[in-house]
Amino acid sequence: MGKGLQRQLHILDFTLAALRRRMGRNFALLLVYTVVVFFLGSVMFFTQAVKREASQLLNGAPEMVVQKLLAGRHELIPAAYLEKIREIRGVGSAHGRLWGYYYDQVIGANYTLIVPEVAPPEPGRISIGQGVARARQLAVGDLMTLRGADGGQHLFEIKQLLAAESELVSADLILISAADFANLFGQPPGYFTDIALAVRNPNELATIAAKVVAILPDTRPISREEMARTYEAVFDWRGGVLIFILATSLLAFAIFAWEKASGLSGEEKREIGILKAIGWETSDVILLKFWEGLVVSLSAFLLGSILAYLHVFFTGAALLAPAMKGWSVLYPDFGFTPFVDPAQLFALFFLAVVPYTVATIVPSWRAATVDPAAVMRS
Amino acid sequence: MIELKQISKVFNSGQANEYTALEGISLSVQPGLVTVLKGASGSGKTTLLSILGCMDRPTSGRIRIAGLHLPGLPDDPEGGIEVTGLPERFLTEVRRRHFGFIFQQFHLLKGISVLENIMLPAYPIGTEHAVLLERAQHLLGIFDLARKSSAKVEWLSGGEAQRVAIARALMNDPAVIIADEPTAHLDSHLSREFMGFIARLKAEGKTAIIASHDPLVYEAAVVDRVITMRDGRIEGEGTAES
Amino acid sequence: MPPSSIRKSGVFIAFIGGCGLVVLLLAVHAHSRRLADALPLSRNLAMVGNLGLTDLCLFTEARYTRNPSQADFHAPFQDHPLALDHFPVGSLATQPHRR
Repeated sequence: MGKGLQRQLHILDFTLAALRRRMGRNFALLLVYTVVVFFLGSVMFFTQAVKREASQLLNGAPEMVVQKLLAGRHELIPAAYLEKIREIRGVGSAHGRLWGYYYDQVIGANYTLIVPEVAPPEPGRISIGQGVARARQLAVGDLMTLRGADGGQHLFEIKQLLAAESELVSADLILISAADFANLFGQPPGYFTDIALAVRNPNELATIAAKVVAILPDTRPISREEMARTYEAVFDWRGGVLIFILATSLLAFAIFAWEKASGLSGEEKREIGILKAIGWETSDVILLKFWEGLVVSLSAFLLGSILAYLHVFFTGAALLAPAMKGWSVLYPDFGFTPFVDPAQLFALFFLAVVPYTVATIVPSWRAATVDPAAVMRS
Repeated sequence: MIELKQISKVFNSGQANEYTALEGISLSVQPGLVTVLKGASGSGKTTLLSILGCMDRPTSGRIRIAGLHLPGLPDDPEGGIEVTGLPERFLTEVRRRHFGFIFQQFHLLKGISVLENIMLPAYPIGTEHAVLLERAQHLLGIFDLARKSSAKVEWLSGGEAQRVAIARALMNDPAVIIADEPTAHLDSHLSREFMGFIARLKAEGKTAIIASHDPLVYEAAVVDRVITMRDGRIEGEGTAES
Repeated sequence: MPPSSIRKSGVFIAFIGGCGLVVLLLAVHAHSRRLADALPLSRNLAMVGNLGLTDLCLFTEARYTRNPSQADFHAPFQDHPLALDHFPVGSLATQPHRR
């Protein structure tokens, strides 16, 4: 073993012995520090995983959706618009979509009803997502009542439960036939909820959107790219609630560091003087302080990050769920595919370890460099 | 041998509370002998010891330590090194290799065990841990501290703390032991015991420089030279008897 | 009492090493989960395509939180002009911004 390594280990021995002197306080510090890293790390892993999941899944979304607006609000779109859109050069295919929301007064939950383009259920039967099944305690073969726009009770037989693995996109879905949809909501014939279209050349998307608006000025086209960006924005650090989480965590790290940086006590100065007197060089003292900072911050970072990973990917972010749920009655039961962005993880490491360690070293600089007799005199 | 030429030490130079602790000190400390600095408190003994032990720099004057070689530094033609203007890094090296300091207040690190306190001076050198442990335990044995090796230093009696301080000073096997008022907190029995340790060290060829106004120290048989100090100057010299 | 032969630095290094090992195991776990999830992912992708879905089912409190990518730009005020956004998740879910 090299002399260099032995020197490091010996100084580390002493650092740990010195930290042990105030075991309770240092342990509490480590605990709080770990909690802050855990908190920030959990939010970080969670948002990274959701963003990734969203970007992957929403690749299958329609390339463009066209909504009709009336007085700035989303309105039903006439079938005639569909014909006009199909005539636009560059549009590969277009079809009218039928979908809407249903508020279940019994339990206060919102469902999303969709008429699938491919293989819709037969009239009188519906397929429901796992979230709906859970909320209303339904199984295949059961009957479900939905209150129609006419005030009447519409009865449906549960044909199928949508796959549990798809909860993230399907938890609140009810798949229904077109006829039943129209009956239930009283939607007049000749109208769709919106129009989904596919283009021949993806690069032409913006041009086609412009053409749509030119032909149909009261519409609003939404591209797939915009849909995907929604989730980028939702879970972006720079916006919304996440910035407060980041700010409070940064504040916590800053407080820890400030406490360290606010100077040495007389006792600490005296000890550095003694170490210098018995033969420790300035570099040895700096190394001592470095280890002192690193032991706490590195341990907190590792423990906090590991716990955050376990929290998000093994328990499905159980502690964050209440915040995510908000006032929703229906919440999907999903697990994310583990995904960690190395750049953000490194940023967390940097934030957690560097300021604290530097703050531990800097105040000791002066005491470490002056002659010991002067230090012990003061 | 340690040679001092016209050493002076002034504190707070240029300010209202300017204070001259030492003036015109010229002295040669012979190797292998026990030298005692005798004088009342305020005579400058502690300051002189600090300067001798390279823990403090003089305001003016020169210090040369003979028989000392440091890698990276040239020897002067008479052998040895001029220590006065050395950068802090080299000074620490000199302190570490050459001197063992026993402070008046012992200055042991609280909350740390006896064993670790003793091993501390050797930590930065990078020797194998097992070697350090062996040397420290050997020292514990000599000073009859083996039972107390894991005790925290706050729990020790005055005599035990004294012995730990000496053991620590010996950890790097220095050529010179410097002790500042070592018997100040000890009874007569322990004081005599201390001088017994000094005698053993002298027998091993070490040099000892002790500052004390305790007759038990400066009148001890083992002492070779007594230098009297007053108001920062050397007043006189003699052997133990005078 | 003889001094412990276990060095404190050894304990700390072992702790860090242990954490490093756990990190490695978690990385392996992540990789294996990604492989295992590949098939369900493709099935879900197919479902998204078949049903023409445009949003994840994350916030089911209100229409505009359930389908933020489809929502109006003034979605929170849908019911009446003074209907300020009162769902907690409204602070998270905003409408897509055109760039």
